[in-house]
Amino acid sequence: MTNSVVKEPSMLLQKDMISGHYSKLARAEETGHKVAYTFVPGNLTELMLAFDVLPVHPEINALQNGMRKLSGEYIAEAERAGHSEDVCTYVKCDIGMSLKGNIGPTGEKMPPPNLLLLSYTGCFTFMKWFELLRERYGCATTMLHVPYQAEGHITKEARDYVVKQLRDVTIPALERATGKRYDEDRLKEYLARSAKAEDDLVWVLESAKHTPSPIDAYFGGVYYIGPLFTAFRGTASAVEYYRALRDEVRSRIENREGPLTPEGQMRDQRFRLVVEGPPNWTHFREFWKMFYDEGAVVVASSYTKVGGLYDRGFRHDPDRPLESLAEYCLGCYTNLNLPSRVQLLVDYVNEYQADGFLVNSVKSCDSFSSGQLVMLREIEKRTGLAGAFIETDLVDPRYFSAANVKNRLESYFQMLSQKRATATAS
Amino acid sequence: METLLSPIAALIGRCEELIADLDLGSVRAWRAAHPGKPVIGYLPIYAPRELVHAVGGLSVGIVGAGEELEIVRGDACFQSYICHLPRSVVELGLSGKLDALDGMIFPSTCDVIRNLSGIWSLSFPTKWVRYLDLPQNFDHSLGGAFYRQLLDGMLHELCDLAKLPYERADLRGAIRAFNANRRALRELYALRAKEPWRAPTSEVYVLLRAGLLLPADEHTKLVERYLELARARDARPLDNARVALRGAFCEQPPIELVKTLERAGCYVVDDDFLPMLRWPDTDVDESGDPLDALVAAWLDTPLEAPSRYTRRNEDKGVTLIDAARAAKAEGVIFAAPSFCDPALLDRPMLLGALDRAGISHTSFKYAENTGQMQPIREQAGTFADSIKLWGEA
Amino acid sequence: MKCYTGIDLGSTTTKAVVLDVDGHVLGRGITNSRSNYDVACDVARSEALTDARFNLFGHELGESPRLAERRDDFLALLRRNFRLEQYLVQLGQLEERCVMLAERMTMEGAHMRPVDALTKIFGDMRTEAANLFAPGAKLRSDFFRDLAGSRYAALAKYLARQKNLDFEALIGIYDKSIIPVENTVGASSFQTMLDAAVRRTLSDGLVQGLEAELEHALERTLATNLIEAVSVGTGYGRARLPFPKEHIRSEILCHGLGAHATFPDTRTVLDIGGQDTKAIQVDEHGVVTSFQMNDRCAAGCGRYLGYIAEEMNLGLHELGPMAMQAKRTVRINSTCTVFAGAELRDRLSSGQRREDILDGLHRAIMLRAMSLLARSGGVANEFTFTGGVAKNPAAVRALRGLVQEAYGDRTINISPESIYMGALGAAIFALREHVPGKEVLLATSGGTQWS
Repeated sequence: MTNSVVKEPSMLLQKDMISGHYSKLARAEETGHKVAYTFVPGNLTELMLAFDVLPVHPEINALQNGMRKLSGEYIAEAERAGHSEDVCTYVKCDIGMSLKGNIGPTGEKMPPPNLLLLSYTGCFTFMKWFELLRERYGCATTMLHVPYQAEGHITKEARDYVVKQLRDVTIPALERATGKRYDEDRLKEYLARSAKAEDDLVWVLESAKHTPSPIDAYFGGVYYIGPLFTAFRGTASAVEYYRALRDEVRSRIENREGPLTPEGQMRDQRFRLVVEGPPNWTHFREFWKMFYDEGAVVVASSYTKVGGLYDRGFRHDPDRPLESLAEYCLGCYTNLNLPSRVQLLVDYVNEYQADGFLVNSVKSCDSFSSGQLVMLREIEKRTGLAGAFIETDLVDPRYFSAANVKNRLESYFQMLSQKRATATAS
Repeated sequence: METLLSPIAALIGRCEELIADLDLGSVRAWRAAHPGKPVIGYLPIYAPRELVHAVGGLSVGIVGAGEELEIVRGDACFQSYICHLPRSVVELGLSGKLDALDGMIFPSTCDVIRNLSGIWSLSFPTKWVRYLDLPQNFDHSLGGAFYRQLLDGMLHELCDLAKLPYERADLRGAIRAFNANRRALRELYALRAKEPWRAPTSEVYVLLRAGLLLPADEHTKLVERYLELARARDARPLDNARVALRGAFCEQPPIELVKTLERAGCYVVDDDFLPMLRWPDTDVDESGDPLDALVAAWLDTPLEAPSRYTRRNEDKGVTLIDAARAAKAEGVIFAAPSFCDPALLDRPMLLGALDRAGISHTSFKYAENTGQMQPIREQAGTFADSIKLWGEA
Repeated sequence: MKCYTGIDLGSTTTKAVVLDVDGHVLGRGITNSRSNYDVACDVARSEALTDARFNLFGHELGESPRLAERRDDFLALLRRNFRLEQYLVQLGQLEERCVMLAERMTMEGAHMRPVDALTKIFGDMRTEAANLFAPGAKLRSDFFRDLAGSRYAALAKYLARQKNLDFEALIGIYDKSIIPVENTVGASSFQTMLDAAVRRTLSDGLVQGLEAELEHALERTLATNLIEAVSVGTGYGRARLPFPKEHIRSEILCHGLGAHATFPDTRTVLDIGGQDTKAIQVDEHGVVTSFQMNDRCAAGCGRYLGYIAEEMNLGLHELGPMAMQAKRTVRINSTCTVFAGAELRDRLSSGQRREDILDGLHRAIMLRAMSLLARSGGVANEFTFTGGVAKNPAAVRALRGLVQEAYGDRTINISPESIYMGALGAAIFALREHVPGKEVLLATSGGTQWS
C-alpha cells in the first residue's frame, strides 16, 4: 500500500488518543498508575477509570500487531512455546508478544499488569487466556462471570448475579490493587459521559441508513467503535471524538458523499451489505479494497456490536451505575444466543435496506464462527436474500488467501448484479 | 481362559452393542415402557442428571457418533476448523436418530457447545432446549445463588414436561441413585488403578459409556456385576507402562484408540473420560436441601477440567498430579480432540505443572472418527518404552 | 464469420469454447494450465479454433453427397493425423532444446555421449509417434507434456540402464526443456499442419478418387475467416487473463449459465474442479440465485484425486474405473490431502483392496460435495454435475447414491462436455455482449440423464 493513505480528521484524532494511551502505559510505573489487563466485550472501563487504573486490552494489542504485520512472528513464537496451531491466534499473538519482551504495537514497552480483570463475557477462550496471563505475571486476578443470554434476553437472575459480583468481588479487587476506596460518585460522572458519547456513536452508525451511505459500517466502523469499546469510554476525549465524528459524517450526508477509504472518497455505491463476523486484521486494507473496488459498502455489521448493542437502546446510566454496567456486560453481541444474532442481522438487512449479506468466518473465534453456516441459511430464509460466506482469520497471516477471498467476493457481487439486471429486465 | 462367551465378554459385548446403536434403541425401549416420562439428552462435560431422574425421566448422554456415521448435514453446519463432535451431534439430530429425546441440555463447556444450543433451538423449535450456565464463580452466595435459581427453574420445567407437581419431584431419591452409581464407578477406577490387568481400560471405557444410556440403577448393577467378575478373573500383569490419560473429556476418542494404547504397552490407570458420570468424586449430600446439595456438588468439587475456571495458579494441574500419583501412573498422555480450544489452551499449563512435578508426558490429537491408529500406536509405544527404560534406570 | 469465445482458466486445465452468432458451438479446446497463463489461454483458444475448423470442414464434406457417407471416418482419421503432426512439430522443438542442453554435458562412466543418447531417444519417439495416434490407440492424456514425458522417461530409463547413463540428469534435461516448448505457441501454422495431415490421411486410401472434391471442401473451409468478436474469460485464474475487466466473469455465473444452456431445466449445479468445489442454485433463466464454494480446506476437490493417483502411480483417468471394481466400500473418514498418502499406504499395508479403498475415497469426496450442496440450499430438480470429476464413473455412482438417499428422485444431468461448462457459459456471456439477453440452448443428445 502507498504511504499517502487518506484519513478522516476524526481518525487522526483517534490516532493521537491511542498513541497517548500507549505512552501513558509506557510511563505507568514512573507515574504510579496501576494497570489492569482486561477484555473488550463486557469491559468495565468506567469502573477502572474511577480507580485511576489504566486498562490494557490484549486483543486490541493483538489486532494492532496484526495490522502492523507483527502478528505472524508472535504467533510463531507462541507455537514454538508449545501452543497448538488449532487455537485462537489473538491468544497466541499476545503470548508471543509477551515472550518477545512485551513491546507494544507502537514500539513502547507494555507495563506488566497489577491486576488481571477477567470479565468473562461471550467467549470461553478469555478464561484460558487469563489463566495463561496469570501464570506468566503471577499477579492478582479477579474474575467476573457474565452469564450467557441463553433465553434471548437479560434475566433478572443474571443481572443480580453480575451486580453482586461487581459489588463483592470486582470492586474489592480494584480497591486492593489500587489502595483506593470505591467512589460511586466518580463512577457516575464517567457513566454520564459514556452515555453522551454513546448517543453520538449510534447516530453515526445509523447514518448508514442514508443512500448513499456516508460511512462504511464495517471497515470504517471498526475505527468508529475504537474509543468507546476500549480505554476511552467515559472520558472527555471520547465525548469530543464522537462529536467531531458526528460532524464529519453530517457534512458527508449533506453533500451526499460516501465514506472515505484509504484511497479517497468512495463514489459509486452499487451494493449495500450487512456483515457478520470480525474483520481480518493482517490484510485489512487489501480486504477493504476488495469491497470498495466493486462498489460495495457495508451498512451494518455485528462486529461493531461486540462492545455493546448501543443501537438497540442500551446506554450506561449514572442513576443505575452497577446495574447498567451489568446490563452492558450481559448485552454484548457475542453474549447473544444464535437465534438473537440471526434476528439482529435480519433486522439490519431490513432496516438498512441491504442488497446482500456476508459472513466473514474467522478461524480463531469459535464464539463468533461456530454456527455461522446455520445462521447464514436462516437469514437467507427470512430475508429471501442469498448470503456470501468467506473464511479468514483475525491475525494469522497464514490464513488469509487473497485470491480465494477475492474469488468468492467477486462471484457474489456478480451474482447480485446479474440478479438485479434480470429483475430490471422483467 | 476367557472365551467370547465368558460372562465378562458377554457383559462388555452388551455395552458395545448399546454404544454402537446410534438410533438409541435402548432409549426408545425405555421410552415406550415409561409413557409420559421425559427423556432428556445432555452434552459434555457436566450436567446434574439428578434433575431428570427426579421427575421420573431418563437422562441420556450425547457425546457424538464415533467413526461409523457418515457426516453430511453436520458438515454443512460447521467449518473445517471446528471440532468433530457438533457435526455428528447435528447429523444424529437431523437424521432423526435422536427423536426419542424430548429435550436437550447444553452445558457451558465451550463456545462450540454453547452455540450448538442455539442451532438446536433453531433446528428443533418444538423440543425443550436448555443452556446450563455452570457458574465460574464458586462462592456459594454468588455463583451458588445464581446456580440454584437456574437448577430450580430447570426442575420446574422438567416437572411440567413430566406433568408432575413440583412437590412430588424426588430429587433426594435421584441423588441417592447417582451417589450409588458414582460409588460403583469409583470402585471400578480403584480396581483398575490397582490391577489394570483385571479391568483393562478398553472394558472400563465401554462400561462407562453404557452409563450415558442406561438408567442409573441399572448401570450401577452392571458395574457391580463387572467388578465381581473382574476381581475373580484369571489374569496376569504384563510389563506395561502405567499412564494417566487426559484431554478426552468431551469429544470421545474412537474405542479403537483406547485399545491401541493398550496394545502399545500402556496400562491406562487414570483418565478424564466422561466427567458427567463421575463428578463430583464424593457423595452428594443426601440429608439437607437437595438443590443446595447439587449446587455444592459443582461448586465444591476440587476436580479440574479445562472448561472450569482454575482460581489460583498453584491449583493448576494439582488434581491431575494427585490423581496420577494416587493411581501410580508413571506418565501422562494428553490426547486432545483437534480444534478443542479448552483442552489445547490448557495443555501448556498442565504440561508445565507436570514438568515441575517431574512426571513425563506425551501429546497427540485425535478426532472421534480418526481412522488411522498407526502413528498413535507408535507414539504411545515409544512413550511406554521410554517410561519402562528410564523408570527402571 | 463472427465468433464468440469463452475461456475458462482452471487450476489444472484451461478450456475454450467458440460459439457462432446463433449460439451454436463451433469448437472446443483444452490444454493444461501452465505457469504462463497467457500461453495456456492462447493454446486453448487455438485448439478451439482448430476444432471449429474441423467441424466446419465436416460440414462442408457433408455438402458433397459422395463424401458424406465417409465423412465421419475420414474426419476422425484426419483429426488423429493432425494431432500427430502437432505432436511431431512439438517433438522437434523439444529435441532441439534437449540437445542444446546435452551438448554441454558430460557423464562420467557412460558408454554413450548424452547428446547421442538424446538423438536416439527422440529418434525412437518419432518412429513410434504414428502408433501413438493410430486409430484405436488409447491416449493416456490430451497434453503433449504428459504424452511426450511418459515416453521420454521410459526410453531414457531403458537406455540409461544399458549405457550407464545418469537417468536423473536425462530427466532433468527434459524438465528444463518442456516448459519453454509448452510456452511456445503456434510455431507452425495451422495450414501447414493441416496440409501434412491431409496428405497422411489421403495416403490411407479412405477417400480414393474423391481428392478433387475434398480439395474443394478444404478450400471453402479455409476461406471462412473466423473473426473473434468478443471473448469472455472465467475460472480460477481469470484475473490473470489478458482481458478487460468487463470481459471477465466469475466461474459461478459461467457454470450456472453453461449448465442451463446444456440442460435448460437445471436448478442445481455441482462443479468439482481441480482447486474448487462449487454448489450453485440457478433459476429458470440460468441466473445464479445462491452458491457456496468449498471452505478454505480444499480436501475433496479434484486435486485430491490427483494426489491419490500419484500416490498409487496411476493415471487420473484410471482411478474411477478401478474404483468401479470394488467389492465393498472401505470407509474413509478423512479427505485431508496432507494425510492422504499416509492413510492410503496404511490401508494397503493392512491388506485392504486397492479397488475398495478407491471406492471409499470417491464416496468421501462426494460426501463433502453433499455438505456443500446442503449449505447452498440442497439439490433441486434437475441437478447437473459438471467439471473434470464428472467424467469419473465412480464419483458419479457415489453422487447418485447419496443424492437419492438425501433428496429422493432427482434427474441428474452429466454432459460428455461437462469439463467445458464454464467456458461455454463464458462464451454465452461473450455472445450476449453483442446480442443482449440471447438465450442459448444446446441440443443435449450426448448427455446422460438419470431419473
